Amino acid sequence: MQDLEKDFQDRIDRGEVIEPRDWMPEKYRKTHIRQISQHAHSEIVGMLPEGNWLTRTPTLRRKVALLAKVQDEAGHGLYLYSAAETLGISRDELFEQLNAGKAKYSSIFNYPTLSWADIGIIGWLVDGAAIINQVMLTRTSYGPYARAMVKICKEESFHQRQGFEIMMTLCNGTAVQKQMAQDSLNRWWWPSLMMFGPPDAESTHTEQSMKWKIKLKTNDELRQQMVDVTVEQAKVLGLTMPDPDIKWNEERGHYDFGEIDWEEFWQVVKGYGPCNKERLAARNKAWDEGAWVREAAVAYAEKQAAKRTQAIAV
Amino acid sequence: MKKEWPIWEVFIRTKNGLEHRHIGSLHAADSTMAIENARDVYTRRQEGVSIWVVESINISASNPSNSDSLFDPAIDKAYRHPTFYKLPEGVKHI
Repeated sequence: MQDLEKDFQDRIDRGEVIEPRDWMPEKYRKTHIRQISQHAHSEIVGMLPEGNWLTRTPTLRRKVALLAKVQDEAGHGLYLYSAAETLGISRDELFEQLNAGKAKYSSIFNYPTLSWADIGIIGWLVDGAAIINQVMLTRTSYGPYARAMVKICKEESFHQRQGFEIMMTLCNGTAVQKQMAQDSLNRWWWPSLMMFGPPDAESTHTEQSMKWKIKLKTNDELRQQMVDVTVEQAKVLGLTMPDPDIKWNEERGHYDFGEIDWEEFWQVVKGYGPCNKERLAARNKAWDEGAWVREAAVAYAEKQAAKRTQAIAV
Repeated sequence: MKKEWPIWEVFIRTKNGLEHRHIGSLHAADSTMAIENARDVYTRRQEGVSIWVVESINISASNPSNSDSLFDPAIDKAYRHPTFYKLPEGVKHI
């Protein structure tokens, strides 16, 4: 190993935080650009399934909460894009990668929000899974990423609570409402578990990511954490977990659970999920139709700057 | 025409009496928009009472590879700290 790389690894092993202008291996930089931008894209695309219900919330209370949550997601995307940009990639390049379908985002957002209960489920399970991952990432080795995570985690916990409250209300409601909640859990449970990524044995990035402290826990460890907390929460709601193999394992001190359909996961990752095309089309539409706004803002700023220069000259 | 909005660094005074501290960065066409965007992004939960924005290109930063020559000379100057000086037991208010 080269000296620089050895020094770098020593810094990581000592628990030091890496900052943008520090020397870093090219692969560390590239891995971070990939991971942080995927994370940012997930926040941005994640607004789409929720936006689907913004005009149809059952009450005004739900509407202001959902609006605030969606606005938070935009902010989270922005924190993350900013962190990625410290590694020497521009915002436009990042958007172009997303819009061209070259960049990935969390495949959970390629599933449709068919009922109001899905908004509750997204807050409870999808944000719940995101929190498990993000709490770990507050201690990741790259400073700007870790700091973005701290801000995000602070804001995210309201998201999960508002989701759980929606579920609770439905579960305490009529039989039809409860059925709606159950149906939503049935559809979203497995994709939520897939959010943690492929099993450790098949994960190509895990080993290096652990060494560089980009990740501090493996996909399977985080997934187990998700199963353990969710099973207990589902009991409070009175919902049935859609997995007959879920069973407390005294020896492991964890819940056992059934086999995940990884074929489905890879299909969605490769672009064949229920909403992949729709999501990308929505992002491209927003980008293209916003072009004149971006251009007009630059033209206005340049004109104002020219006026100021002129005023000084006179 | 294709031109990316410049990056601005954002500093927030969290409450009256405290200094402005760096909170993050964002893109904006000009300083007015940068302040508006900073308000939307960084103060949605009353995190601030005042915002500064500075275009990133205007910030000069020290180079991490010069850290030794910049900061090392302070390491062996313990006499700049009050604990360097010995006082007898019982001396008060000093």
